[in-house]
Amino acid sequence: MRITCPVCGERDRREFYYKGAALVRPAEGADLDAWHEYVNLRENPAGPLDELWYHEMGCNSWLKVTRNTATHEILDVQLASEAGLGGEK
Amino acid sequence: MRFSGWRVLKEGLTGNKGWKPHWRDPEPKSEYDVVIIGGGGHGLATAYYLAKEHGITNVAVLEKGYLGGGNVGRNTTIVRANYYLPGNSEFYSHSLKLWEGMEQDLNYNAMMSQRGILNLYHNDGQRDAAVRRGNSIVNQGDDAEILSREQVRELAPFLNFDSNRFPIMGGLMQRRAGTARHDAVAWGYARGADMRGVDLIQNCEVTGIDVENGRVVGVQTARGPIRAKKVALAAAGRSGQVAAMAGLTLPIESHVLQAFVSEGLKPIVDHVITFAEGHLYISQSDKGGMVFGSYLDFYSSYAARGNLPMVEHTMESFVAMVPALSKARLLRSWGGIMDMTPDGSPIIDHSPIDGLYLNCGWCYGGFKATPGSGHVYAHLIATDRPHGAATKLKLDRFRSGVGLMDEEGTGAQHNLH
Repeated sequence: MRITCPVCGERDRREFYYKGAALVRPAEGADLDAWHEYVNLRENPAGPLDELWYHEMGCNSWLKVTRNTATHEILDVQLASEAGLGGEK
Repeated sequence: MRFSGWRVLKEGLTGNKGWKPHWRDPEPKSEYDVVIIGGGGHGLATAYYLAKEHGITNVAVLEKGYLGGGNVGRNTTIVRANYYLPGNSEFYSHSLKLWEGMEQDLNYNAMMSQRGILNLYHNDGQRDAAVRRGNSIVNQGDDAEILSREQVRELAPFLNFDSNRFPIMGGLMQRRAGTARHDAVAWGYARGADMRGVDLIQNCEVTGIDVENGRVVGVQTARGPIRAKKVALAAAGRSGQVAAMAGLTLPIESHVLQAFVSEGLKPIVDHVITFAEGHLYISQSDKGGMVFGSYLDFYSSYAARGNLPMVEHTMESFVAMVPALSKARLLRSWGGIMDMTPDGSPIIDHSPIDGLYLNCGWCYGGFKATPGSGHVYAHLIATDRPHGAATKLKLDRFRSGVGLMDEEGTGAQHNLH
């Protein structure tokens, strides 16, 4: 599996750290259910999934990677900062 | 059909013409008391104990493929009860006791081999953790002993005792642990359930779960609708999709774990042995193959196959632990779909929907749990109360944070357990 980093180009999977589903973090005062949903619950689809990957051994960017979990095909890669994932829900 | 030495002899002398199929292939009925979704080890064991312990025989096990074609046929066959935390400790203890009487109970040879599991440690910190874990296991009533470096050398002289980076200081041994023939476990439970009247229905994918007024009333399947008073999930890595049919979102991420088998070699590894560096575990099958594995690939996957970086890492760990086998050739590798929870421990509980039960989150530890899981799940389904050995495997521990069982202390991230 290779991921095309928008900054560094196509790189081996080993350069990246996997965080999990790309979810928007709840605001600080959010209630327990919002945090439970964010920390624990997962849609867990067998198919396309938006994920957070960190280019740990490259440019240190957080990436939003859209990947098919049934085939490992990478469908899209964006910088997380440009994908609207930096804010609070 | 009962199995015995006499029967094997007789069949051998008469051309093996007397063997019959081990279970029926029934058409689904329109209604059951209990429908179990998933014909793997846990689903089949649940059906068996529902019939045997609770007299509930109007039961169907619905399997989308063939019986035992999922994780129960894709694991590294290890059986053990060496857990540390309350909740896991009593549950796996219960399961190991059931393993010990399972073959007689089922009249089925599961090749249960209590060869012992040896967890090596390489430094003082790991030794302290091993002693602490061993005390916890002994307090639970199971067996554990600390072996010195020399005692380990006597049992396994082929290990790398010369490594400076990962010196073998000793190991934690549980002698009652071991391996079992995984397929035979599924077949034994299938046969036992079928003999007691359970319908095992293969090629019958569940496509919907019918809920009315907060209560489950049946399922839609590829072979038509089936009404049910109770519906029990036992879908392992596919739990998320099955639960979604009832509108539930589970605290589960599905990941791929790879396993490996070498070519057949003469007997050398007599136990299950784990290397504390890199999580490697290894045993030798009766055919002579080295059966081993290590970490998850760490990304969500339903592909049932992994990527090369983890293959390379696992081989590196293997060779670091047993340099003598560095020339062994790899025969096969494959992946299984692991239902990972945020604390690395399973869920056997009611769901928020009446009559719908959850058995999931086995996090690549499901095989050793098979008899225990089926036994306590059947108890929950039959009595609506948790079995005494499974009172802590609750769904709401994730929301409340109370009673989490994070054995490795890695925190709430599904893939880190």
